[in-house]
Amino acid sequence: MTGIPKARRVATAALAAVLAGGVLAACSSTSTKSSSNSTAPAGSGSASSSGGAIKKGLKVYFIPKDTQNPYEVLADKGGQKALQELGGTVTVSSGTADTAAAQLPSIQAAIQAKADAIVIAANDPSALCPSLNKASQAGIKIVAFDSDITCGTSPNHLFINQADTKTIGTSEVDLLAKQLNSTGDIAILSAAASATNQNAWIKYMKEQLVKYPKMKLVSTVYGNDDPATSLTVLQGLLSGYPNLKGIISPTTVGISTAAQYLSTHKDVAAKVTLTGLGLPSQMKKYIKDGTVKSFELWNPSNLGYLAGYAAASLASGTAMQAGATFTSGSLNKSYTMAAGPGELSVVLGPPTVFDKTNIDQFNF
Amino acid sequence: MTAVLDKKPPEHGEPGRGSSERITALLRARELSIVLLIALVVLVTTINNPHFLDSNSIQQLLSGAALIALLGVGETLVIVTRNVDLSVGSVLGLSAYIVGDLFKYNHIPVWSGFVIGTLVGVVIGAVNGFIVTVMRVPSLVVTLGMLYVIRGIDGVIVSGDRIDPSFIPSTFTAVGYKNLFGVPWLAIIVAVVVIAVGFAMRSFRASRDLYAIGSNPDAAALAGVPIERRVFTAFVISGTLAGFAGALFLALHTTIDNSGGAGYELKVVAAVVVGGVAIFGGSGTVFGAALGAVLLNTINQALVASRIDAFWNDAIAGALLLAAIAFDRWLSLRVTRSLQSAERAHREL
Repeated sequence: MTGIPKARRVATAALAAVLAGGVLAACSSTSTKSSSNSTAPAGSGSASSSGGAIKKGLKVYFIPKDTQNPYEVLADKGGQKALQELGGTVTVSSGTADTAAAQLPSIQAAIQAKADAIVIAANDPSALCPSLNKASQAGIKIVAFDSDITCGTSPNHLFINQADTKTIGTSEVDLLAKQLNSTGDIAILSAAASATNQNAWIKYMKEQLVKYPKMKLVSTVYGNDDPATSLTVLQGLLSGYPNLKGIISPTTVGISTAAQYLSTHKDVAAKVTLTGLGLPSQMKKYIKDGTVKSFELWNPSNLGYLAGYAAASLASGTAMQAGATFTSGSLNKSYTMAAGPGELSVVLGPPTVFDKTNIDQFNF
Repeated sequence: MTAVLDKKPPEHGEPGRGSSERITALLRARELSIVLLIALVVLVTTINNPHFLDSNSIQQLLSGAALIALLGVGETLVIVTRNVDLSVGSVLGLSAYIVGDLFKYNHIPVWSGFVIGTLVGVVIGAVNGFIVTVMRVPSLVVTLGMLYVIRGIDGVIVSGDRIDPSFIPSTFTAVGYKNLFGVPWLAIIVAVVVIAVGFAMRSFRASRDLYAIGSNPDAAALAGVPIERRVFTAFVISGTLAGFAGALFLALHTTIDNSGGAGYELKVVAAVVVGGVAIFGGSGTVFGAALGAVLLNTINQALVASRIDAFWNDAIAGALLLAAIAFDRWLSLRVTRSLQSAERAHREL
């Protein structure tokens, strides 16, 4: 039962041991907090692409939602890679439960360690504000990723958005269009009819479909992110629209349920192409057996990597204001901070497409 | 529903034995009316869209209802005794995750997946039954608490992880999608359970006691019915079937995180009540409960297949639930009235 956490604890401890030199005691520490320190070898000297004055020896605290979530672990590793390239260090610290209270001690620890920046995936949009404000007053730059904070101007912070709503919607239509030769009836298998993000994506899908006159959206059905309900409405969809050629499911439950159905109903799979937003580890089986050709999601590792670069730039004097730019190492792009709805943000970029060629590289 | 109400006026009864026969006849009529309603939904949808009767579609009608029907069997036993088990969805989720976890990390044999899943349910059912009967806490409170306790334990075990399809043995998942002569195994397994329990509920003294307890607990106690033991057993059976359903859930959906089965308790209660099991206890059959599950699933699938806006699903399912409860109320008033003389006091209700 504790296979994953234990394995991960051992792995992180081993990493820490190799890099920082024998902190094996961390292995047996199974208290409510598990943190790993990875001290990057200084002077790896790959900061050349950062195009300027990133300070050496920066201390950045990564505070994920919890230390076990596979998605967040990948993001943290991306951040560690970024700081390694920049000659700084990352400390990953958080609780094991997804609560704001579990993150407070980590913020406190960052203040006491005189960190240069905090990169946080907030478990609560407002509960962490006072604490983060204290950190900000102590001169620590605040960067949010995955899940933003809404603290107004105190503290001022930068949000690293995984992908903007419009791109997610349009790119899914493009992905399906490519597989369908831009022709045929399609449908959307969504989560709950009231889900804000789903509806926003669907709105942009509809706008994008105007570009493909031979593709027709015949129905949108709601599986409520319950596999059983998803199956029922999927079957209703298949009998209701016998000419259906494609399905977009912008929800991980929907796409994995539909993929399982198609993989066991080859007659249907021969006619219907499925794509959408999915988790690589959950979809691996269906990519390998050919049921699904490709699907997409943002890349959490790149998200953490970008957050790391953003944090380092801010800590090195880049102004935290709209229009300010910073570079992003191997992402090969200069990012410009934009004033979002009240908050400062940058968007990572288009989602990553997963298919046979890259599915094995991802483990979340 | 109204058509049924008009059609079945139980006016030609004799006193005594006749009235109980009449009640049985009415209950049977209730099951028949659900069958007719299912047939009606299928017929109307098929006229609208012949593809509704494609084999894939019919198979999904059955396997889509199977898990709720299975949970409904246990729920019926509990509700008949004037109790309720709201923990079934959480039990299903926990059982499914534990089995999935054991497949992933311990590579347990396929058959033991079903056994272990079922045992998880046995344990939780026993705890529910113990608190309800020995500590005398109302079952609504106990099982509502258990709903959250188990989901919490599930969260601790899952700790943000997820069991992916590639870790579930294919012989295990085959149970979820393979057919025997075109009938999904899932539906066959559940049908066997429904028939077995349904037969037991009609034939055995112990199971008749459940009805006695629900009809009138005081009278049942005076008649020497071991109320605690019977109610305890009902909770254990409900838990057991929920645990077994968890293993089947995993076989069907092949992936599980800590959200599996969330909200199922209400679907189950809805199916059971639509199926004619009185929410106040004392009457109803597992056949009705299973048919109620099939009906609700059929409606959901039919609405999409008829190209009707999916927003209507919940509204129609809810309306059916209200109709069923109103029908129960009407029925009990009717029976009360005929058992007393021809008094009309309750007609306004």
